[in-house]
Amino acid sequence: MAEPILQVTDLVKHFPVRQGVLFKHIVGQVKAVDGVSFELNEGETLGVVGESGCGKSTLAQVLMRLEEPTSGSAVFQGKDMFSLRGKDFKALRRDMQIILQDPYTSLNPRMTVGDIVGEPFEIHPEVAPKGSREQKVRELLDVVGLSPEHLNRYPHQFSGGQRQRIGIARALALRPKVIICDEPVSALDVSIQAQVMNLLGDLQKEFGLSYVFIAHDLSVVRHLCDRVAVMYLGKIAEIGTEDQIYEHPTHPYTQALLSAVPVPDPTLRGHREVIRLTGDVPSPMDPPSGCRFRTRCWKAQDICAQETPALEVRAGGHLSACHFAEEKPEVIAG
Amino acid sequence: MTDIQQGGDTATTMTEDAQGQPALEVSDLHVEFRTRDGVATVLNGVSYHVDPGETLAVLGESGSGKSVTAQTVMGILDSPPGFVTGGEVRYQGENLLTATESRRVAVRGEEVAMIFQDSLSALNPVFTVGFQIEEQFRIRRGMSRKDARKRAVELLDLVKIPNPQSRVTQYPHEFSGGMRQRAMIAMSLALDPEVLIADEPTTALDVTVQAQIMDLLGELQRERNMALILITHDLGVVADVADRIAVMYAGRIVESGDVYSLYRNPAHPYTLALLESIPRLDVRGQELNTIKGLPPNLMRIPEGCPFNPRCTRAEDRCRTEMPELHQLGEGRASRCHFASELINNG
Repeated sequence: MAEPILQVTDLVKHFPVRQGVLFKHIVGQVKAVDGVSFELNEGETLGVVGESGCGKSTLAQVLMRLEEPTSGSAVFQGKDMFSLRGKDFKALRRDMQIILQDPYTSLNPRMTVGDIVGEPFEIHPEVAPKGSREQKVRELLDVVGLSPEHLNRYPHQFSGGQRQRIGIARALALRPKVIICDEPVSALDVSIQAQVMNLLGDLQKEFGLSYVFIAHDLSVVRHLCDRVAVMYLGKIAEIGTEDQIYEHPTHPYTQALLSAVPVPDPTLRGHREVIRLTGDVPSPMDPPSGCRFRTRCWKAQDICAQETPALEVRAGGHLSACHFAEEKPEVIAG
Repeated sequence: MTDIQQGGDTATTMTEDAQGQPALEVSDLHVEFRTRDGVATVLNGVSYHVDPGETLAVLGESGSGKSVTAQTVMGILDSPPGFVTGGEVRYQGENLLTATESRRVAVRGEEVAMIFQDSLSALNPVFTVGFQIEEQFRIRRGMSRKDARKRAVELLDLVKIPNPQSRVTQYPHEFSGGMRQRAMIAMSLALDPEVLIADEPTTALDVTVQAQIMDLLGELQRERNMALILITHDLGVVADVADRIAVMYAGRIVESGDVYSLYRNPAHPYTLALLESIPRLDVRGQELNTIKGLPPNLMRIPEGCPFNPRCTRAEDRCRTEMPELHQLGEGRASRCHFASELINNG
């Protein structure tokens, strides 16, 4: 296999928590992302799933360098992303784009669709000379399934699904190699969600894109992703191919998460074994010692509190961060 | 005030419970929103009923009218812009829409209660959770602060909030999302309602917490033989908990029936398309079937069947003639010209 297009090693992002009015002092750290490593291959979709507060959106922001990481490295096409400055950094931004979750707040209401989708060309005029911009924007709108005639409309004249298409067109404008999709379909209605998911799939084939697909909906992730990383409290609990994670999960958290997803088939009612997790996710300011999942885990033993389980190849042949990783038959019924 | 028309279609009588009247019955409800831009027909003859101890799921996308129906039932529809232009809401036989305001207040919470989707905005941020639960006992039951506090602690314990004694004095922002939703459930159950309306109760929650909340709701419902109206867009949750389903589209119920036969054999193209368009955890990805186009603008609902511009089966007739509600036996009904074909081919 070729070199991965993006290689992230031990990425950490802590947010300081300050207190006091005049003399603010740091009272703690929110450990949003705490040592995350993965690689993304060319043309593949890596899903990142987890519950709210697990750090998946912070990960997206750090990868886009919208937030500077606390430590760690990310190598994109052979270059260290976090040390790039000036011209090289600008070039990086061309190759990596983001699609945001909320199509209502991520588009400027005072700009026309043509201006929104064409704005990347203002910053990177080398991609499209002034005269050809309108043509380019029309093409982009066409690619994402919007009518090129809508160039002069404003975002409020579009539905949620159409706005998300505008956001996708904007992300595509510079012909990036990698697109980070941060919950791109979770704000959409069921019947619209499928349209946007299919569009993302088609665009990937057409332009050879690699996606980091961040979502909380496990069904959506299974549908779109080649490989999947499951995050819990700032760390990756388990990572593997779609098949390994969904058919042979070994981390108790993954198993619980999968079993809790309701399946749209009433005949499975009562036949599905749902692993009930008790309690809530602990605060990322003060995560549990050792394994972070141990406070909600039914397998937890003394060692889990003392020793942080490494993310390494365990039962099932893929990376899992659990001392007692093992396959559990029939996590997803059906 | 509102202008109430009597009568209308009697779609709900078909599945009338043999042993008595339903706990709550909505019939031929019409609601319009009068806005500066025009009049939107938000509900266009909605009828459903729910029996004691039963769970009815009202399924629909945003703008289908599922929440407006609930708000009309509760008498909390914002007016203006919303106006009820026809229909009835019967609670144990009594039409609530013609009842006096004091009677409506008495029914609200006491007989029919509601849980909202967004617990952070549904709870008052400047009062403690305990105070907001106690309020009901003090005002409705004339209890002393001390007794009301005792009841509030009991209720928080009932919904399995750990350390209810200390939690009762905390503010909503000190609760996690799942706990806030539990507190909302506690609040809605305080006065022992017969009917509980849950409007997207788990949409804002994570899956593991969603499972906890749905379990809790089911348990409490069984204990109290409460009728539950679950408003949702999540086909997975519906399959897990509902007894019967009403599918809404553009202000109408387009299909209804019991959960098993409806999932196995949908009798409306919209239901069928919805079921085919969702990614499933237990099925590996291939191209999803999509529903082309968008839900209609409620100010300009298409002529004929409102689903016809998006329907794969639409014929000339669908573009001119509004389909009736076809009764398909065994409590099933569908508002499609081809309902009987669809159900036989299934």
